[in-house]
Amino acid sequence: MALEKVELEHVPPTYQVYAAFFRNVSNAEFLHAQLLSRNSEFEYAFIDASSVISRLHLLSAVYSAVNVLLDGALRTPNVHSEIVVTIFNTANILQIADAYRRWGITPGKTKDLVVVKVVQPPSGPQDETQTQIHAQNAIWDHLRQNVQGTPAALTDAELSQVTDWPKVRKYYRLNGVPALDRLTDEKERWKQSESLAIMGMALRGL
Amino acid sequence: MAADAQFPPPKVLTYPASAPPSLITQGAEGRVYKTTHLLPDRPSALKYRPPKPYRHPILDARLTKARISSEAKVLERCWREGVPVPPVYAMDPAAGWMMMEWIEGIPVRVGINEWLGERPEDGEEPAEAAEEAPLIDLMKRIGTAVGALHRTGVVHGDLTTSNMMLRQRKEDQVNGGTGAESKAKAVAGDVVIIDFGLATQSMADEDRAVDLYVLERAFASTHPRAERLFATVLESYKHTFKKAPSVLIKLEDVRLRGRKRSMLG
Repeated sequence: MALEKVELEHVPPTYQVYAAFFRNVSNAEFLHAQLLSRNSEFEYAFIDASSVISRLHLLSAVYSAVNVLLDGALRTPNVHSEIVVTIFNTANILQIADAYRRWGITPGKTKDLVVVKVVQPPSGPQDETQTQIHAQNAIWDHLRQNVQGTPAALTDAELSQVTDWPKVRKYYRLNGVPALDRLTDEKERWKQSESLAIMGMALRGL
Repeated sequence: MAADAQFPPPKVLTYPASAPPSLITQGAEGRVYKTTHLLPDRPSALKYRPPKPYRHPILDARLTKARISSEAKVLERCWREGVPVPPVYAMDPAAGWMMMEWIEGIPVRVGINEWLGERPEDGEEPAEAAEEAPLIDLMKRIGTAVGALHRTGVVHGDLTTSNMMLRQRKEDQVNGGTGAESKAKAVAGDVVIIDFGLATQSMADEDRAVDLYVLERAFASTHPRAERLFATVLESYKHTFKKAPSVLIKLEDVRLRGRKRSMLG
């Protein structure tokens, strides 16, 4: 199964984070329409993979959003939109639509898609292990039925194949940064760009 | 446990992680914990400014938020400009915490003292220049790091050898080697400046000179036996940016009058 259960530090075990990666997605229009119509079966963070630098970059956004959720301080309707808005590092939350356009799913543009699902604790008492297994299978079945694309591993190697660097550099203000420009080693530059993007998200709104 | 009860950790650290957080330092304004960011193999330093019971809650919340935010902004600015500082990983200004890279290594203070520790206490014979080369090189690296900081328009506000870390280089992590080699390791590594809690943005010679003066005084009291080497720090600082020489001239004035500016004018 290509739906990964992601374990994050400082996240209570009653919250489960799942993530998947699809290449060559052909039905972005359909998925976008489900978001617009607020179809409650489509509570996912859909992120255009071309704006993702690495796993750490993605997970930082997920963690920030979950932390905001734990604080009870969501600025957007739910944790999934919070993830998309977090990865789009601006102070102005009125630009949610903009965030979706740049980082979320865009009809006609999105080819590669990262999907994140945060499952929150059930309100009533239940057998947790059973529920978790059930949830993971159910989420994956639902995604496989509705996302027309090729499942891929959510690794830096896979993600880096689709990163749109001009876009990422522009939105994270990575152009003309002395700390990056002086580097000649490609790998080092990638690592430092990742750090700067993570820092940009952490400092969003300051 | 008693200490835990007296100093409750921030809420974020009460959620489970692969290893429990450990309290590293406790200052007047805040605390630093060692913890992890996202993954078990990503160590991180968490700086926490707890609420102050003696302040009005609204004022307290505002001050805490402003101070954490300003420290993070300074770190980002420095990092972008290539000043050796830890990058910020995550933060929650309202909750009063910020996570940044955990610098693997020892404070410069400890490194210098380890180096000096092996020298005979009374033997005043001046060391051979070649023998002291690793320590002198560290002085140069300190001067370069402080110069890079000042060049970006940031003044640290509390420069000491405790607020600089020696980031261990991979090749130095193996233990062993001869006596001289292991001694040199104590002062090896990249200098990383930390704790920007009192940092301000300033391009003024005066502020930069006071920054250097504070370091000079701290250095003299922490490492009296290495005091004469401080000139090397200043010498390498001098070449880091265009206005550095005039900062050093200003430093001479500051030495005569102390850290505080004249109350006249």
